[in-house]
Amino acid sequence: MAETLEPQSHSESPEEFKKHLGKYYVVFVALLCLTAITVGVSYLRLARPLAIVLALAIATVKAGLVAAVFMHLIDEKKVIYAVLILTALFFALVLMLPSLTVYEHMTGV
Amino acid sequence: MTHVSDTVIPYMVKPHPVTGIPNGKLGIWLFLASEVMLFGALFSSYVLIRTGAPHWPPEGGLTSEIVNVPLGTFNTAVLITSSITMVLAWAACKLKNLARARLWLALTIGLALVFLVVKYFEYSHKFELGHFPSHDNFYAIYFTLTGLHGLHIVGGIVVLSYLAGPGAKLWNTDPEHFTNRVENVGLYWHFVDLVWIFLFPSLYLL
Repeated sequence: MAETLEPQSHSESPEEFKKHLGKYYVVFVALLCLTAITVGVSYLRLARPLAIVLALAIATVKAGLVAAVFMHLIDEKKVIYAVLILTALFFALVLMLPSLTVYEHMTGV
Repeated sequence: MTHVSDTVIPYMVKPHPVTGIPNGKLGIWLFLASEVMLFGALFSSYVLIRTGAPHWPPEGGLTSEIVNVPLGTFNTAVLITSSITMVLAWAACKLKNLARARLWLALTIGLALVFLVVKYFEYSHKFELGHFPSHDNFYAIYFTLTGLHGLHIVGGIVVLSYLAGPGAKLWNTDPEHFTNRVENVGLYWHFVDLVWIFLFPSLYLL
């Protein structure tokens, strides 16, 4: 996508640029709705594993909207994607570190 | 002989031929990558502390009973709103309207201050109850994560205030450079919002 589309910053007139502003408001409303949903769900007192999966899934959708639209990641240069893929890999590793302690516990080491 | 002030940092406005983006933008993304690891390590610690605890929160009951969910929800909405005012400040720069851009920047700063004031009331209520970070593991990780996030809000306010105030002079000599600065602080600001999007359910609702 980054190769086929010129970023809006260099190719568009102010009139064309204005047309894109609507999507920011759409995302804004979506984020507020998702916040309301996640708070509403928390009052249902679901079983904890289900509640955790649901809340983190909604948070991931919200974070995806912020990153894709507000941070313009939906149409970005390759070098930024490369940085982020590397970051995501290390982030996943650091999140999985606590699982090592479970392994030690199970094997009694 | 050249002085430091004469040295022009290359590719601050025009995209670098290799990366296709200005150097400042690559710089802020590399910084955000390091921020992901900073918050990621703490989030990982939270998972470790929590999965290792016989009860969570350690005192029993539900997390939502020891934090203020309505205030947390309100602050979430405040930060989301500050993200759209931030992106509109950048859009105003793109549309060559500096006055409008400064207005949106000022609104973003105002919302950031609202967030901090609400956080102040939340913290002071916990302190009144004697719930300091040393109280138990919940409060330790709660104050560490929200405190570090709060410091990021303060840092954002400082940079946003500079751009809305004295830093806006750059517009007269190099409006494109100023626009890039607004975009870069915006990337940082959205990231701070993004971190809160995960902190809020993790610390308030679950």
